[in-house]
Amino acid sequence: MSGFEPVIGVEIHVQLSTRTKMFCGCALSFGDPPNTHTCPVCLAHPGVLPVVNAEAVRRALLIGLALGCEIAPRSIFHRKNYFYPDLPKAYQVSQFDIPICGRGEFTAIRDDGTDLVVGITRAHLEEDAAKLTHAGGRRAGAEGSVVDFNRGGTPLVEIVTEPDLRSASDAGTFLRQLRQTLLFLGVSDCSMEEGSMRADANVSIRPVGSHALGTKTELKNMNSFRFLERGIDAEIARQTQIVASGGRVRQETVHYEPETGEITPLRSKEESHAYRYFPEPDLVPVVPDPAWVDDLRHGLPELPVPMRRRMVGEMGLSAEDAEVLTGSPELAAYFMAVAGEADPKAAANWVRGELRAQLREVGEEPWESRVTPSRMAALVGLLAEGTVSVPAAKEVLAEVIATGGEPAAVVEARGLGQISDEDALRDVIADLMDANPDQAGQLRDGKEKVIGFFVGQAMKQTGGRADPKAVQRLVRAQIGGD
Amino acid sequence: MPLRDLTASEQVRALAAGDTTSLELVDAHLAAVEADDVRAFLAVDAEGARARARAIDALPTRPPLGGVPIGIKDALSTRDVVTTAGSRMLEGFRPVYTATCVRRLEEAGAIVVGKTNMDEFAMGSSTENSAYANTLNPWDHGRVPGGSSGGSAAAVAERQVPWSLGSDTGGSIRQPAALCGIVGVKPTYGAVSRYGLIAFASSLDQVGPFSRTVTDAALLLRHMVGRDPMDSTSLDWPGAIALPTATDLTGLRVGVVEELMGEGVEPGVRGAIEASLREMEALGATVVPVSLPSTPSGLATYYVLAPAECSANLARFDGIRYGPSVAAETLLDQYEQTRGALFGPEVKRRIMLGTFALASGYYDEYYGRAQRVRTLIVREFTEAFRSVDVLASPTSPTVAFPLGDRTADPYAMYLADVCTIPVSLAGLPAISIPCGLSGGLPVGLQLAGPAFSENRLLDAAHAVEQALAFDTRPPGLVT
Repeated sequence: MSGFEPVIGVEIHVQLSTRTKMFCGCALSFGDPPNTHTCPVCLAHPGVLPVVNAEAVRRALLIGLALGCEIAPRSIFHRKNYFYPDLPKAYQVSQFDIPICGRGEFTAIRDDGTDLVVGITRAHLEEDAAKLTHAGGRRAGAEGSVVDFNRGGTPLVEIVTEPDLRSASDAGTFLRQLRQTLLFLGVSDCSMEEGSMRADANVSIRPVGSHALGTKTELKNMNSFRFLERGIDAEIARQTQIVASGGRVRQETVHYEPETGEITPLRSKEESHAYRYFPEPDLVPVVPDPAWVDDLRHGLPELPVPMRRRMVGEMGLSAEDAEVLTGSPELAAYFMAVAGEADPKAAANWVRGELRAQLREVGEEPWESRVTPSRMAALVGLLAEGTVSVPAAKEVLAEVIATGGEPAAVVEARGLGQISDEDALRDVIADLMDANPDQAGQLRDGKEKVIGFFVGQAMKQTGGRADPKAVQRLVRAQIGGD
Repeated sequence: MPLRDLTASEQVRALAAGDTTSLELVDAHLAAVEADDVRAFLAVDAEGARARARAIDALPTRPPLGGVPIGIKDALSTRDVVTTAGSRMLEGFRPVYTATCVRRLEEAGAIVVGKTNMDEFAMGSSTENSAYANTLNPWDHGRVPGGSSGGSAAAVAERQVPWSLGSDTGGSIRQPAALCGIVGVKPTYGAVSRYGLIAFASSLDQVGPFSRTVTDAALLLRHMVGRDPMDSTSLDWPGAIALPTATDLTGLRVGVVEELMGEGVEPGVRGAIEASLREMEALGATVVPVSLPSTPSGLATYYVLAPAECSANLARFDGIRYGPSVAAETLLDQYEQTRGALFGPEVKRRIMLGTFALASGYYDEYYGRAQRVRTLIVREFTEAFRSVDVLASPTSPTVAFPLGDRTADPYAMYLADVCTIPVSLAGLPAISIPCGLSGGLPVGLQLAGPAFSENRLLDAAHAVEQALAFDTRPPGLVT
């Protein structure tokens, strides 16, 4: 072993999916023609002023509350000054020493079920820069650049963690569950591909047992968690090699190239980070009404990590079921609604398994299908009481997906009810024994291998409606008969 | 009486009475603007003004400001009308929107005839920092009109317009009003929307009126104040701006700021101010000395904070998205050459001062300390207003100085605002009214009050104005 441990903190930029931009009335858009959602304010024409988007403040507070952050009774905006073509004012309106959300803590669940506790340093509001596209690829050697100001001024929340992470996989676990949490809050699309969620990692290494922090590098802007994890591992390896061979890690921004696995230093926006922050005089402090903050706190939805715990602890689901069923806020809400009316474990099996499998065939999601949670719960109930067999239930489900009927009505209409009536089943078995005297003889003589034959025949005879357990029992009862 | 000799209020009344038309008024004033020999205007929108005058004349009822012409400082954004802020950086720039305060006045029936000269980006006290022209003082063409709103002040003194708008960051309305012998008001910070005012120092900038009478200033201000959803720092005006009626000052407690009456104040200025104070006593006011011990630090404080803010506010001017540009090989060269060629020396000086003051390692020593002194000054004003209703001082320690006299000495130029800056730092309202002559040149009396005390200030100023009966007509002006 190398004798070094990695120390990792992450910074996450989340674009809020508000209707309008952070400081002006322009609509947010993704994929619209360039420079169609702009105005004098977000283009920084002379004389314009910013006005804070109240919905963005609300969403920032929701994020802070979900991350257990201290909510600042009064926070202020600062100007962060730097020249860059994507920043028309030449300063970004951001928050500096008094962010809207202060210290907090987020607990994620590792794959092995253990807790991963990550300190949150802060979460603050700011505006996104415009989108630069470099013709000819990355900056070096680019032939030209174009700017799309549609993105400029999009509300952002930047979440900064403490350097509490000790592995790339922990970083991935944290980020995935943070993303899920944000999706459950409904504050952002959190699309890594579209850039509405971006994560940077600060990586350093130190000798095991040391409490000092080593020189960190910043791994920039990876567009997937998987690449970020790989990038962190590559950067840890690079730093370890440097230090092991007697070198020193330089503080710089680095880029991970997923195709080659290589780490390369990136030119930073400004050589020295002299942002000359000062309080934004065009904006008044954000002073949220404490009663409003309380309302927001109490109105928080159940978040995925606690929900997973509840699914396992109270509902008896497997950890894997819980993880899958909290995969999206819609699926979780759907499942919870089903589980409210049916046995949770059975509901989990059916929602995860047959329902999703059948819906995949028709390209639908459970929450938008004809299988309302009540219908799904009703079907699970019919199974549990033995009204239908599993194969029949699958058939009923297909019918509900196609036509939207109530499961009980479908069972009735199509005669799919399970035959559990023992007299009826005895008659079926008696008929079968009459029709197959050889096998009947073997059965009476105790040849157990023909049990399966009669059970199969009984199922066939009843179109799958016979209760297989009851049939099994009744066939077995013929052993030693006369 | 020649139309130009009517005050704005008289013009509003003449229009209401049907004695004249807006088109007549606009034509009479445009003729003066076009014959301009003090170079008050940078741009004239004669056709637009005439068209709007005709439209107002055709209305069944006149709006409150009737169709009276107005001049607008070139720092205020006016849609489709070239707006340069006195800088080459915005030469030929036609904004796509109109400043809120200008729009409000237009909706109330004011007719914008043109844009007035100013120190580049409102940085200066003589209008000599304009990239386009020196405006001359109507009282003496060899002297400056003050600044930075020198064009707006000269245009009103010269009766090219009965009133105009200026902007005041450290004295840019009050000081030129004083030097040109007219009335100028710097409202409470937040009283008038800054949306569309090309920013110099955002925490200090306020738009306000110039006029020949206190009543006209009140009338114009009435239609400017109030919260604007486009400016988060704007505030609801408590009540309304009243037209002043006071003719005596019984019960008014006037504090004379000792620190602003001493060294540096010309004897002729001091004499005129002291005579005004005696007049105020005669009108029933109690006049007492007041000390604001931190005001001597005001200038230094201001010249840290204002440049710091301007260094960020002016960073957007890069020659890429609007305005002229200097072509260069690389983007960085283009930024540098554009800013190097198109900003004037005073603007560059302040950007550099401000950039330095905000640099890490210097922030606490400069910006941080200046903020603390500013807080101290605010407290001293608050304290003073426990015992007095208004504070009196000279507006400017000197009368209008000769053109070129101070251009080589920035500090001497900065001293022109020594009396107005403390009030700006405290965000308080103040008015400058002409109160006498020194060596044939006007002297301005500054009255300052607590936040939103504009009505009381206007009333007090009105009473003094009536008693002093200062003649605002510059010598030799033919109307």
